[in-house]
Amino acid sequence: MLDTMFFYMFALLAVAGAILTITMRSAVHCAISLIASLAGVAGLYLLQKAEFLFAVQLVLYIGGIMVLFLFVIMLVNLDSAAKERQFHRRWAGGAVAAVLAGASALWLLSKGAPSFGSPVAQAAPSPDGNVEQLADLLFRQYLVPFELASLLLLVAIVGSVLMAKKRTS
Amino acid sequence: MPPELTQLLPASVPLSWYLVLSAILFSLGIAGFLFRRNIITVFMSIELMLNAVNLTFVAFSYHLKQVDGHIFSFFVMVVAAAEAAVGLAIILTVFKNRATLEIDEVSSMKL
Repeated sequence: MLDTMFFYMFALLAVAGAILTITMRSAVHCAISLIASLAGVAGLYLLQKAEFLFAVQLVLYIGGIMVLFLFVIMLVNLDSAAKERQFHRRWAGGAVAAVLAGASALWLLSKGAPSFGSPVAQAAPSPDGNVEQLADLLFRQYLVPFELASLLLLVAIVGSVLMAKKRTS
Repeated sequence: MPPELTQLLPASVPLSWYLVLSAILFSLGIAGFLFRRNIITVFMSIELMLNAVNLTFVAFSYHLKQVDGHIFSFFVMVVAAAEAAVGLAIILTVFKNRATLEIDEVSSMKL
């Protein structure tokens, strides 16, 4: 009951933020609406007992990526762009594509709904919390992907610095 | 409580609600990706789509009582961070070279 009410609240926040993100005129307003949407999804993570992902969503997405976005928006001057047309001339085709994608996803969901089954009965509640379970899995079974991810981040750091630095020629 | 209200407010949230919400968020991301002319907003729409997929992973993870989905979601976030760093650097370079961020005018990488 309380869960459901919180679900409605966070879902409303996420969807309203998403709609404002794709319709607002100024890029800064878009970024702030996206932060609201991400916060709504973070609340949904908490509702599904994913405490670690909740924290990562707040720290990495909202605190890291979105602040980076805001910095870049401040670096590029978008005052003139905000006055121009925001949507493509052929936006109708895009609308049809988006509606088709959503409708096909919903249709597949309704087709596959019986195979979801009833939720697995909570066997024995694990004594560890969510973070401990995740750490166990991440550093044992998923150790190689974890190391590859660190390598990917290193390459991304070097690449972005190389790309954004001033040409000295 | 009347039966309509119990249908709207069940004791626990069913899996399908999360999946439908995630489909809606993903479609909004697609719409933004296809509609907008500003590169930065297009990029934000991509983040919106990645986020919708993460929500699906976590919903199934909660439904099946396994934390593997959280790990996938975590890796998606790592890739999103790397993508944001490189993508925003590209946007800065494009803006420095052309002084515009309209995607119609940036149709080729070479000047």
